Amino acid sequence: MVEHAVDTVAVSSSLRWICLLPAIGAAINLIFGLRIQRSIGRLAVAVLGSGMSLAAFAIVVMNFLTLKGMAPESRLLTDHLFTWMNIGALDVAIAYQFDPLSAVMCLVITGIGSLIHIYSYGYMDHEPALWRFFGLLNLFMFSMLTLVLGENVLLMFVGWEGVGLCSWGLIGFWHSDHNNTTAANKAFLVNRVGDFAFICGTFIVFWTLVAEGHGTLVFREMAGVVQHLDGHTLWGIPVATLATLLLFIGATGKSAQIPLYVWLPDAMAGPTPVSALIHAATMVTAGVYMIGRMNFLFSMAPDTLQIIAFVGATTALMAASIGLTQFDIKKVLAYSTVSQLGYMFLAMGVGAYAAGIFHLVTHAFFKACLFLGSGSVIHAMHHEQDMRRMGGLRRYMPITFWTFFISTLAIAGLPPLAGFFSKDEILWKAFLSNPILWGIGACAAFMTAFYMFRQVFMTFFGEIRADHHTVEHLHESSAPMTMPLVILAFGAITVGWLGIPHALGGNNLFEHWLEPVFAASHIDAHGKGGAHATAAGAHGDAHAKSGAHGQAGTHAEAAPDSHGKGGTHGDPAHGEVSHGEGVVGGEHHDLTTEYLLMGVSIGLASLGILLAYLMYSANRLNPDSFARIGGGLPYRLSYNKYYVDEVYNALFVRGAIRLSRGLAWFDAKVVDGIVNLTATITHAASAFNGAFDKYVVDGLVNFTANTFDRAGGALRLVQTGSINAYLYVILIGVTLTLLANAW
Amino acid sequence: MAPVGLQHYLLVSLALFCLGLFCVLTRRNAIGVLMGIELILNAAAINYVAVSRYGAGSFDGDVYAIFIIMLAAAESAIGLAVVLGIYRRIRGVDVSRMTSLQG
Repeated sequence: MVEHAVDTVAVSSSLRWICLLPAIGAAINLIFGLRIQRSIGRLAVAVLGSGMSLAAFAIVVMNFLTLKGMAPESRLLTDHLFTWMNIGALDVAIAYQFDPLSAVMCLVITGIGSLIHIYSYGYMDHEPALWRFFGLLNLFMFSMLTLVLGENVLLMFVGWEGVGLCSWGLIGFWHSDHNNTTAANKAFLVNRVGDFAFICGTFIVFWTLVAEGHGTLVFREMAGVVQHLDGHTLWGIPVATLATLLLFIGATGKSAQIPLYVWLPDAMAGPTPVSALIHAATMVTAGVYMIGRMNFLFSMAPDTLQIIAFVGATTALMAASIGLTQFDIKKVLAYSTVSQLGYMFLAMGVGAYAAGIFHLVTHAFFKACLFLGSGSVIHAMHHEQDMRRMGGLRRYMPITFWTFFISTLAIAGLPPLAGFFSKDEILWKAFLSNPILWGIGACAAFMTAFYMFRQVFMTFFGEIRADHHTVEHLHESSAPMTMPLVILAFGAITVGWLGIPHALGGNNLFEHWLEPVFAASHIDAHGKGGAHATAAGAHGDAHAKSGAHGQAGTHAEAAPDSHGKGGTHGDPAHGEVSHGEGVVGGEHHDLTTEYLLMGVSIGLASLGILLAYLMYSANRLNPDSFARIGGGLPYRLSYNKYYVDEVYNALFVRGAIRLSRGLAWFDAKVVDGIVNLTATITHAASAFNGAFDKYVVDGLVNFTANTFDRAGGALRLVQTGSINAYLYVILIGVTLTLLANAW
Repeated sequence: MAPVGLQHYLLVSLALFCLGLFCVLTRRNAIGVLMGIELILNAAAINYVAVSRYGAGSFDGDVYAIFIIMLAAAESAIGLAVVLGIYRRIRGVDVSRMTSLQG
């Protein structure tokens, strides 16, 4: 139904196995896991789960290499399984697509996911339901891979819902504790809010496209027809803006952004490998991926992008500020995840999709390492999570310490580790768009450096504050746990080198890799809002620019069809974003600015580290005196997470509960009352009926019977049985008859 | 002395009927009762034959008489069989004891 020919697309039938292998692993473990674990052993369950994940990783790598061997513009592999449903304009297939973006996501999911699987075997060493754990982990992988490989929105939504379900199962894995199940329910319900918005957004886009005669849900087909949304409005809002806003709300649910981030810190109730899986490799990256996947749509809605950028920046700052004061080792990491996701959305919002995905990848490495490291600490400390009872652990757990330390340096954004390149890329793009966004991001970066090093100092340095018994049993974790840590730490150092910007002499391999995916969209990185899609002026400007520097010009030629799509293309920002900042108008002061900004962010990070050192290691500064600033109010706000949970409780949860109670009352009193009333009436009517039947109908019947009974009783006396008597009667009767005749 | 006519036959028949009836009503022995019934049947047969001879001028009455004789034979055969059955049951043929058919 869409003009785009798909027959030229390369087919790779191994794609289905990326999804299917973890699904098979999940099925086997969830159905036969208990028997396998009992008869063969715990290792069999773990090997099955990890093996499926590793096999999927191998297939991903294979396909990645195939993809790499293709020409950049035609890098796309598909695998069509079967038609799922075909109703009217809706034609949805179970089909997978593997393009550079999916490739990156799959590598992260299966690669880091596999490491987490292996780690889980060491971490869950006393868990009786290991089979269930690995089954759910595999199911999680399956859902997430479906999400990123699905070639249409509905299949993505299947994965989208799947990760929600699996996160529910894993967060509440230790379900005998009520707190865990509450956290799981919270995560699930909050996600549902987002999911609802997501599906609404999808509907709006789909039906508008159907009205234009281009109904499709396949991403690459949508990219070709999405310009038809221009000019459509719904409730006075442009359809593109409304739909992307709804999709973004969906993303805030999955990826823990304001206002739906509240589930993520609570999700720490799950086992630590689960936190690592949710926060690094899967689930929370879904929202970022979704925006990246639908960048063509989001680029049509500059207002939405503005909102995304500001929400992302605000989330980054707010979550970082909460992280400053938390004492639970995992809570700090949870808020840091929310904060880092904020950066990714900031990148998406300013149109720097590649930078956002880049940060997603680097973050996956160092955050997985941090979580697994904290898990190693928690495991050694006998499930103690309060950092105030830790300290000095670097002597007992050197591998954990070093990997944790490297990842902390990475998240703090110090060169040459991964976090520096990705975060600075985002901050630079944010600065180009709106210096305020940069300011917020830089503040958050400073806080990040501070709270992460606060954590390192409290956990690994100084004197140990745990009780004697725990100290006796302190030990480095086993090989299945330390091996993934080392690999992830190595990644936390090196992955950033894939995206060294031009300004530092690199060539930003990562961005070039993703270019085919994001090239089709027309980004207004400067956030000028109105400049976007406003025709000729910008158009001419673009041509002037492309004359000034060849790269932007070549780019415009690479996508010549975009010229027909109504003035949104050719915007100079497009060239800048796609090719790195070194070419901005060929103006050198921009390069200087970039160096300056890099310096500032390194400076801020160092300052944060120094502050943390002075407070928590050298004891030169007393943290308490900082806590008392402003009457202690900022500290209390941060420590209590701005009372957001309480506010939500008061606004939504309590309201919902009250509404439910009201409805329950209505149900019990009114609905049941009506039902009961009907029952009572029926009962009374039946009683009347019964009485009538008993006394009138039966009475008549009995009366008849009684009459005959009595008559019979009287008449039976005549029947003496004596033959003589009968003969006399006959004689008399005959005589009387004769006499009567005679008369 | 008038010649023997229909009237005389009817008187004989009447006497025979009354004797039979008296026998049926008064006998307690079932055999006796059966014998009374034979008398009544014979009275009826005489009636038929007499009326046929003096009145109708046809042989219909004679035919009925023959039927009655045949009927009486069959009746007494069955009656005796019944009496024999009753005797086996109650060890006697006293009709006053045969009250098991009462209502």
